[in-house]
Amino acid sequence: MPGKILVAVDGSDAGERALAFAHARARQDGGSLMLVHVLEWSPYTFLTKEELEERHARRKQELARAEAAIIAPLAAKYQGQGVGIETAIKYGHVTETICEVAAEIGATEIVTGRTGNSGVMSRVFGSVAGTLAQIAPVPCTIVP
Amino acid sequence: MSIFTRFIAAFAACVAFSASLASVAQAQGIDESVNQIFLASTGWFVNFIFAPFPGTGFPWIVAWLVIAASVFTLYFGFIQFRVWRHSIQLVSGKYSDPNDAGEVSHFQALATALSGTVGLGNIAGVAVAVTIGGAGATFWMILAGLLGMASKFTECTLGVKYRNEYPDGTVSGGPMYYITKGFAERGLPGGKFLAVLFAVFCVLGSLGGGNMFQSNQAHQQLTGVLGQYPGWITGVIFAAIVFAVIIGGLKSIAQVTERVVPLMGVIYVGTALIILLMNYDMIGWAFGQIFAGAFTGNGIAGGMIGALIQGFRRAAFSNEAGVGSAAIAHSAVRTKEPITEGFVSLLEPFIDTVVICTMTALVIIITGQLTTDAATGLYVLGENGQIVTATGATGVGLTSAAFGAALPWFPYVLVVAVLLFAFSTMISWSYYGLKAWTYLFGEGRKQEITFKVMFCVFVVIGAAASLDPVIDFSDAAIFAMAVVNIVGLYCLMPVVKRELNSYLERLESGAIKRFK
Repeated sequence: MPGKILVAVDGSDAGERALAFAHARARQDGGSLMLVHVLEWSPYTFLTKEELEERHARRKQELARAEAAIIAPLAAKYQGQGVGIETAIKYGHVTETICEVAAEIGATEIVTGRTGNSGVMSRVFGSVAGTLAQIAPVPCTIVP
Repeated sequence: MSIFTRFIAAFAACVAFSASLASVAQAQGIDESVNQIFLASTGWFVNFIFAPFPGTGFPWIVAWLVIAASVFTLYFGFIQFRVWRHSIQLVSGKYSDPNDAGEVSHFQALATALSGTVGLGNIAGVAVAVTIGGAGATFWMILAGLLGMASKFTECTLGVKYRNEYPDGTVSGGPMYYITKGFAERGLPGGKFLAVLFAVFCVLGSLGGGNMFQSNQAHQQLTGVLGQYPGWITGVIFAAIVFAVIIGGLKSIAQVTERVVPLMGVIYVGTALIILLMNYDMIGWAFGQIFAGAFTGNGIAGGMIGALIQGFRRAAFSNEAGVGSAAIAHSAVRTKEPITEGFVSLLEPFIDTVVICTMTALVIIITGQLTTDAATGLYVLGENGQIVTATGATGVGLTSAAFGAALPWFPYVLVVAVLLFAFSTMISWSYYGLKAWTYLFGEGRKQEITFKVMFCVFVVIGAAASLDPVIDFSDAAIFAMAVVNIVGLYCLMPVVKRELNSYLERLESGAIKRFK
């Protein structure tokens, strides 16, 4: 089924593998890709006065850095191979934001990598892939 | 030079200054000499600000604040009661565009501004108010808090509307900017003069109420637990930590404080609620005392007027409505609608004064700290005209005794809370003072360091001086800011009204979109 596949990327090798997988799928089915990178952010944290003042400038820097270091290289790698690629950088809670974007653009599938943390770490902090599998509004593929 | 060596060098300079104070002191002791110098150099200023109307005991400055808050309340049609629901929706993010995520949220702006105002004013200031003004002072404090919401709304809207934005994305705002730009826009004369005057008072206020009062009360609290020792010791330790943050650039300390202070606030209010629940049968009686005392004074010096003056004075000192400091804090927030920042800020006096200050007052009253004559039901007054307290404590010591009477372990928690509140308020005011200072002397590293070193020196002075002259000067400096700021607010309130009407119309018509 051709459609739009949302690929969650974070600059890790796992993210890259997920993108390679999703790209192969999209090319086969005649679909397109949406690369999404989420910067963890909560509007309910506490900031100092200086942080308040610098926030707008920092946000611009963070967006520029994410674009240059993560999104742009990945998009460039797969550009011009017959698969349409869109990109987005968002702020928010990682898994919730990915699901929101998926619903917004009418994605047919979410593809994500996994870091492979097991045991205590993922028990304490949870894992993005695990949570996505639980709450994704569309089929979700986790690429090892 | 590395940050560390610079830090050590500058700190050594501060210690050297303290040591030179010590040599001045010679036989009479550092604390006493600091006290004398302090009293001699600030007395005239305090006398001017608190001068009563001729033939009465009513300070003109208190009337000035109350009239202003009432004027704004009427002019904006009781704005504090009309929009509070919308304010809460704004804070909870219901009107935040998801595409703006990552910018400062309304919640963050409110939390940061609150951490600057919630502090010793709520703990020590209230104790001062009720020892001089009796339970009735609480009534006037609550009323002042409710009226103050309108003042805060006006100044914070203007703070955002007329801020300066720099190419690097940072912003500077506050009364000095809205007075200059707003007056120019409306073709009014004297904007520049008033702005400079405000900035001067703001520097004094940041050194007084924002600094000396804080270190003074922190020291009092420490001696209550550790036993008597000279104030300058607390001062030097506090100064070293403040120094590390504002000059040494140890941002992590400020960040940790910023996260722990709200937690302390919640613990404080939670504990007060527990004590009230433990004595639930006395809550009705306490409110009876508050209402009766508000109009009769129950025997305090000055009767009803005495209670009113104390209530209004401590409320203004605690929530800073009309003072202009909050306008500096809120102006850093990026929003398409300046008025929304006003809506959010009007919650501050409510949380600070109507909720937290009232809690403190109720705990002091219910635990029976204010001694009354069994026969007449009137307060027993000491030689200084203040109500005699059960343990003889005043200021933060009284609040501590009141909480301790119900929960014996709480004074230890309160020490930590007071130290943290004092510290976070100092850091906040060092920021306000710095903004005023750079407005006066220009942005630049040299100017900033000068102000910051001076700020640290005043931490030591504040801890060493005895309470009364420090409280008086702290109040005087902060109220002097209000004198100038409120003139500015009167002149610019039509601008706020235009913004308000336009926003409310668009909210009604659905042009202002709700996202959640």
